[in-house]
Amino acid sequence: MNTSNKQQREPMAEKTENGRKPMAEKTGRQQRGQGMEQQIILKAEHVTHRYERDNIIEDVSLYLKQGEIISLLGVSGVGKTTLFHALSGLLRPTEGRIWLGGREITGQAGNISYMLQKDMLLPYFTILDNIIMPKRLKGIPKKEAYREAEELLEEFGLAGSGRKYPAQLSGGMRQRAALLRTYLFSKEVALLDEPFSALDAITKGEMHDWYRKVMDRIRLSTIFITHDIDEAILLSDRIYIMAGKPGRITAELAIEALAYRTQAYALTGEFLEYKRQVLELLKPSGR
Amino acid sequence: MKRRLQSITSKAVPAAVVLALLLVWQLVSVAGLVPRFMLPSPWDVVLAFASDFSLLAEHARVTLLEAFLGLACGILLAFGAAVLMDRFPLVYKGMYPVIVLTQTVPTIAIAPLLVLWMGYEMAPKITLIVLTTFFPITVGLLDGFRSADKDAMDLFQAMGASKFQIFRYMKLPGSLSHFFAGLRVSAAYSIVGAVIAEWLGGYHGLGVYMVRVKKSYAFDKMFAVIFLISLISLLLMKLVDLLQRAVMPWERVKEESQ
Repeated sequence: MNTSNKQQREPMAEKTENGRKPMAEKTGRQQRGQGMEQQIILKAEHVTHRYERDNIIEDVSLYLKQGEIISLLGVSGVGKTTLFHALSGLLRPTEGRIWLGGREITGQAGNISYMLQKDMLLPYFTILDNIIMPKRLKGIPKKEAYREAEELLEEFGLAGSGRKYPAQLSGGMRQRAALLRTYLFSKEVALLDEPFSALDAITKGEMHDWYRKVMDRIRLSTIFITHDIDEAILLSDRIYIMAGKPGRITAELAIEALAYRTQAYALTGEFLEYKRQVLELLKPSGR
Repeated sequence: MKRRLQSITSKAVPAAVVLALLLVWQLVSVAGLVPRFMLPSPWDVVLAFASDFSLLAEHARVTLLEAFLGLACGILLAFGAAVLMDRFPLVYKGMYPVIVLTQTVPTIAIAPLLVLWMGYEMAPKITLIVLTTFFPITVGLLDGFRSADKDAMDLFQAMGASKFQIFRYMKLPGSLSHFFAGLRVSAAYSIVGAVIAEWLGGYHGLGVYMVRVKKSYAFDKMFAVIFLISLISLLLMKLVDLLQRAVMPWERVKEESQ
């Protein structure tokens, strides 16, 4: 288990580029039996965003490796969504740069897929039409988009639901459909903004298990925002803690779980130890 | 079963009230409480309707044609205005108060002017219908465009959608229920607008027929045409409902799944 304090370390991305092994390198992928060297796919360098005179986020640097799942954990209003908007290109940060696979994408939308807390499935389209929306936006013919989406319906637990309308599906299934739409947009990187927070506790637990399984198969590099410490520990390979006003990344914690993380993992001592560490890092005195 | 029972009850109660009112009317008329020539009985109205049916049908055809043409032009203009106002804030600022202002002028006050300008043919009638139907549809569409979810717009933008794509895939289908609400009102307005315009000058139409029977003090025929106008308006509104159900199947699915 590794914790790191931002004030005591070099920018993380540089560490990796210099060939020094970053703390998270052995965690998630190793746990999923894929110990290979991972390339950095997304990198944010010293991102600051100012609104009127106030900085919303300040000097945020982070990186995401190929196939990695990381979470941004922090209280409401700390600037997590602003950071996501900057990463997705919905806003151009006042300062700093964002790179996707070696290409600068600062302020450019349409490169990284984004999923919000609400599923945002359009009620007037069928599930299949909702799912293929990113393909349609890219100008891909409907038939071709349908073919690709239909092949993935079963993988995402949506077999037989393609012709239904969103109102006919449960909350969990709608989230799966939203995730499939996200995946169809980009198989490289996804940003998930509290994707499971609107679900009830039981569905959420089921979704966590399903999510880990499907992520192991599709290897979608993901950053997700959460307020839920348990969720962050269960799902991610690394956790970035965001705190303060303006929001900064104040700490980073790599999750090197020995066991495969299902819901049962939340009952283990190892899990509780991680949770204790996260709680410590979230305290102002802990940073 | 319960839903079906509720549906039957919801239709049976107003039907019973209407029947009761007709019965009271028939009794008042038969008892001679009001002179028969001033208040014909419902049965007299039915007989007048039957005797003048072919004439009424011909006049109704003209009124309906005017209403459809006026409504079609109103929809097209409303769509154009709503799209422009949604797309360009300056157009909204400039146009919206003018559109609201046009609604403060009573239809009956403009109609004679339109007849003087355009003559006794269809043009003034269609223009008046356009003026009356334009507003509810424009406002409905504009509200629909503006009710697009901000987060959904962000999502579309993050997926690289152009303004046109956001309009096509999100704003336009999302505004359909607002559009149909406006269309339902406008459909009824279109018949009323046509009749008012016909009152003031014309050769054919239910308004023209109405003026003629009024001049001959044929109250039974007056009632017959009033009921016919009301029936046509109701049928048009029902037609809009049916069209909405066909165009928006997801609404039906939502109702069923609730």
